[in-house]
Amino acid sequence: MPASGGYLYFPGCSMRATGVAYEESLLELFRVLGLPLEELEDWNCCGATSYMAVDEGSALLLSARNLSIAADGSGRDVMSPCSACYLALRKTQDSVEHHPEIRAQVEAGLRAAELRPFHGVKVRHPLEILYNDVGVEALREKVVRKWRGGKIACYYGCQAVRPYHEVDRPHNPMRMDELMNAVGAQTIDYALKTKCCGGSLTGTIHEVGVRLNELLIREAARKGAGCMVTICPLCQFNLDMYQAEMGGAEIPVLYFTQVLGWALGGDGKKLGLKRSVAGAAAIREWFEVREEVRA
Amino acid sequence: MKHIARTMKYQREADPEWSARFRELPGCERISSCIQCGTCSGTCPLSIYMDHTPRQIIALIREGFKEDALGSRTIWLCASCYSCTVECPQQVRITDVMYSLKREAIREKKYPARFPIPILAREFYAFVRSRGRNSEIPVVLRMALKSNPLVLLGMVRCGWNLLRTGRMSLRREGIKGTAQLEKALSATKEAA
Repeated sequence: MPASGGYLYFPGCSMRATGVAYEESLLELFRVLGLPLEELEDWNCCGATSYMAVDEGSALLLSARNLSIAADGSGRDVMSPCSACYLALRKTQDSVEHHPEIRAQVEAGLRAAELRPFHGVKVRHPLEILYNDVGVEALREKVVRKWRGGKIACYYGCQAVRPYHEVDRPHNPMRMDELMNAVGAQTIDYALKTKCCGGSLTGTIHEVGVRLNELLIREAARKGAGCMVTICPLCQFNLDMYQAEMGGAEIPVLYFTQVLGWALGGDGKKLGLKRSVAGAAAIREWFEVREEVRA
Repeated sequence: MKHIARTMKYQREADPEWSARFRELPGCERISSCIQCGTCSGTCPLSIYMDHTPRQIIALIREGFKEDALGSRTIWLCASCYSCTVECPQQVRITDVMYSLKREAIREKKYPARFPIPILAREFYAFVRSRGRNSEIPVVLRMALKSNPLVLLGMVRCGWNLLRTGRMSLRREGIKGTAQLEKALSATKEAA
């Protein structure tokens, strides 16, 4: 059952830039489901993988500040839709719990900035929230639009399912598949569903980053997928942005919240559907909202 | 003629004390338990591009070949996907080991010159420290200018696609609590 007070929403930087369609569709989906979201006040960047590569103390303190703001006494869970943000928050909790010297460092930082401790804050990803708090059956009952986009390759990426196993299991996760099936979409058996997209490599060692994504897309297409669906803004960016460089047919790469939001009767204009680059024509065709199916 | 160099190391070139210190860092405690099975290298999506595979990096650390481990491109190619960490039969937290190597390589300026990944990490670090949030465009620009400005040419199409689909943030992102954040970050330095 969803918490009656809803969730504290930690967007992260990507949701305001390359991943804006994820934020739009997430907000619209939660509006349709009647689940309140409140944005975490004055949240800061999670530090992603770069901070951890430069300085561990600062990397953990970035997340510690966000967690401290979230410990507002309301008992609401934090919802973190970006896999990198989710992992940064979870890793901070985990490091503080298991390493006394790290805990001392983090507590010193919080004290110096007059920030309260963050014990007891729960960090969650929307995939797991939708799966556990709303549930597959409840979603199935709310479907008002038929899926027309062909078979889906559910791509989970890395940091949401590894190294922590709370969002889904690390080997062959199925929760996104189950949600897609619940709204009438068939999913393929996709062995590369947790193989990494390379993160920021497309921007640094471009050919290597693109090659990783090309392998992911080719395999999805070979297994008969008409589109790919992701739960992370960086995965979506990498898979969507460079298909023209790969040769082969383009396949659309959507967020799971776009598919769910549309199936549950969300406003087609508020799902960020015009923001995809690959397969934009197919997306326009699938999501054309007709009068007779509008709930 | 191709440059001929010795590819094998002598034992006296190793630094066992460094190895012992490194293995005590948080997350690196299980390095000694490695059985050199190579599962990490097999599961790594990037090992085919690395100069030393993850298994070899662990072996280098264990023997104390500090310069080779810190100077390797491997640690920067690691995208932190945690596949090795999850699959390791000996619970070596290889991703965390890579992070520890990255930090030491940056501290000691041992990373390969003009290699864009550590440059991106440092630029990202400085930008977020001053603003509290990341803005992709200025950070990517700074990385390119300090590594290889020609890569910007290859980014033109991506930039145009982001712009026309409304996915490029042109605002100056930032937080109100930058002073508070700086206090917290400086205090951890002193506590460490």
